[in-house]
Amino acid sequence: MRKVYVYKGFERFWHWTQATLIIFLALTGFEVHGTFSILGFEHAARFHRVGSWMLIGLIIFAIFWHVVTGEWRQYIPTTKKLMAQIRFYGVGMFKGEKHPMHKTEVKKLNPLQRIVYLGFKLVLVPITVVSGIIYMFHKTIDRNEIVVVSDISLESVALWHTLGAILLMVFLVVHIYMTTTGHTPTSNIRAMVTGYEDLEDDEEAEQTAEQEETPKVVLN
Amino acid sequence: MKKTIGVVIVLFIGILAIINIVNTENEYYNLKLEELKQEYAIKPVSSIDHSKLPELQRDFETPQEVTEACIGCHTERHKEVMKSAHWNWERVSYIEGRGVKAAGKKNVLNNFCLGAQSNELACAKCHIGFGMTNDEFDFENARNVDCMVCHDNSEEYQKGSSTAGYPDRTVNLTKVAQCVGAPDKINCGSCHFFSGGGNNVKHGDLEVALLNTDRQVDVHMAANGMDMSCVECHTAENHRIKGRLYSVSSTDTKRATCEQCHSNTPHFDDILNRHNAKVSCQACHIPDYAKENATKMAWYWSEAGKLRDGEPYKEFNSDSTIEYQSIKGTFVWAKNVKPDYMWFNGTADHYLLGDTVQSFPVQMNTLNGAHNDPDSKIIPVKIHVGDQIYDTKYKTLIQPKLFAESKGDSAYWKDFNWETAVAAGMQRVGLPYSGEYEFVETEMYWPVNHMVAPADQAVSCAECHTRSEDGRLVQLSGFYLPGRDYNKFLDGLGALLFFGALFGVFVHAAIRVLISIRKRKYEMKVIDYENKFPNQDK
Repeated sequence: MRKVYVYKGFERFWHWTQATLIIFLALTGFEVHGTFSILGFEHAARFHRVGSWMLIGLIIFAIFWHVVTGEWRQYIPTTKKLMAQIRFYGVGMFKGEKHPMHKTEVKKLNPLQRIVYLGFKLVLVPITVVSGIIYMFHKTIDRNEIVVVSDISLESVALWHTLGAILLMVFLVVHIYMTTTGHTPTSNIRAMVTGYEDLEDDEEAEQTAEQEETPKVVLN
Repeated sequence: MKKTIGVVIVLFIGILAIINIVNTENEYYNLKLEELKQEYAIKPVSSIDHSKLPELQRDFETPQEVTEACIGCHTERHKEVMKSAHWNWERVSYIEGRGVKAAGKKNVLNNFCLGAQSNELACAKCHIGFGMTNDEFDFENARNVDCMVCHDNSEEYQKGSSTAGYPDRTVNLTKVAQCVGAPDKINCGSCHFFSGGGNNVKHGDLEVALLNTDRQVDVHMAANGMDMSCVECHTAENHRIKGRLYSVSSTDTKRATCEQCHSNTPHFDDILNRHNAKVSCQACHIPDYAKENATKMAWYWSEAGKLRDGEPYKEFNSDSTIEYQSIKGTFVWAKNVKPDYMWFNGTADHYLLGDTVQSFPVQMNTLNGAHNDPDSKIIPVKIHVGDQIYDTKYKTLIQPKLFAESKGDSAYWKDFNWETAVAAGMQRVGLPYSGEYEFVETEMYWPVNHMVAPADQAVSCAECHTRSEDGRLVQLSGFYLPGRDYNKFLDGLGALLFFGALFGVFVHAAIRVLISIRKRKYEMKVIDYENKFPNQDK
């Protein structure tokens, strides 16, 4: 095992800020939705609006970071070993099998993570953010105001926004749980906090890879 | 590690702190409002003292002589007055579904004293003229314009009861003539506070308490506030008075609005300003009405006519409001009433004499508006309900003759006989009466515009944005109100997914824990083995 610097400073800042904001927006958002009452509707609505702008700002920075550093390539989806990964979570890890994927600083994500995170970034967040922005600027026609959105009913905007929020919450639950499936239950969280993670040595990894991979791949 | 965890915690708190700082509610000094306050703090001083005018140094025998004296100097004013609805008791305007039509007290019914026709002798107490004894009043005669009822500043003038609009015999006309000026609250209030036969009966937000009140009741008219008079908002350039009372008015013109002073973006908060597209100022800033004295909420004519020893009587509630009156029926009163809310675009229709009733309860006045109408806003409304007399065969509401000076003149208030009262009333308005009547339910809608509360007592967000059945807008439907409305299916699905995920995760975790416990037993054996033979490993 070797200690590797996997998550860069901005990456960690982005991750935790986003996590805080999403949880905060969920609490205030579902209060606005009427699901429960903590802060009171007025405060919840105000806080939600402020938090949403912060998240939008953060997302802009994050997109910039992904593009500039080329980290977006981490999310290119693959079906290779996807089933193996799913099988691992469903069966393998109970039997004490090893992770089917070898994690390196260059290849941080397993195939399942790739697909799920890509979905998070390209579907879940856009649905919620875009519907949220439309919600925020939703104006019905008024003599003195410019009509930004009038053809889309607030009801449908709210529906999409709520749907996005619900799916994000499901993601949150599963995502938090999955962090405990590393080498030790806290190793993944530790890595996202410090940036460093104990990864298998390259030789070890190669050995495992050789054992696992099909001859054809080896030939290549 | 500890340091970084510290950093992450600081980051969390930092983010929340930033959210809070950015969110801090504006407490800027409201310069717009200060400017208005300054403007209205300066009360106009009359440039003329009528008591010094030689033309008025005489005894006036009749009120018409006073009017002639007024016109003597104000040579054209009577023409302005004679164009007004206060004089004509009707206004010709375009009414949707009817076309151009005259509507007003001459042909509109209400569900209080029902209607003025055939009862002019009493009802003309609130006509700005003298001598309206019946429907043959001469609306062209300028001598009969009553200048004093609006312009008396001495509080001496009052119209007599049942004197066809003439002043009470005790009024010193000379004193009044010498003390005229801009109308004060009591001038408007002498009719508008007492409409419906008593203080605050009709409006609910206009009553004698406003003559001397505090900011809790009305921020504008409060004695310890701006102490504004009616005409400061209801300006009356050339006697064209701003303001529409939709119990008789029909059009969205010349309305007195909050926006005329406060603009339509009076808040620092953009979200609140944006509400103005769909929500009237009044809806939030008049959380309740009838704050000082009760207002009439219901009037059941069907119960009128009970007599004790052959004589009419009254029964009072503990707060000295009338519960039952033989000549009128049963009343329901209420104080500190939370308004109802309706969509309203500024146009209204009315039940006009002779209209065929289409549905029940009969809407005496229909406030037009809908959530998807760009001109409509949510306004607070007092809904006055009741029952009143109706021709079952011709399906028309009936104008009965209620008032007469003595018995035997077919008036219900003297004879307690609906048959003759209805026959006489309907004959006067020129409508057929089948001889068959019953009492049907009616509703009348009174937009609430006065008794504006201090800003900090405005309706709070959660009073509308709530799933509670007590929400103020629970009656309004067809549109999506955040906090009140939600998709039941999506919420159900959401709960299922969220708690399903939680459940799944716990099951998965439980299996892992179980397995690891089993495994640990095995590992512990190994460790024991190692301890026993520590050197073997190396």
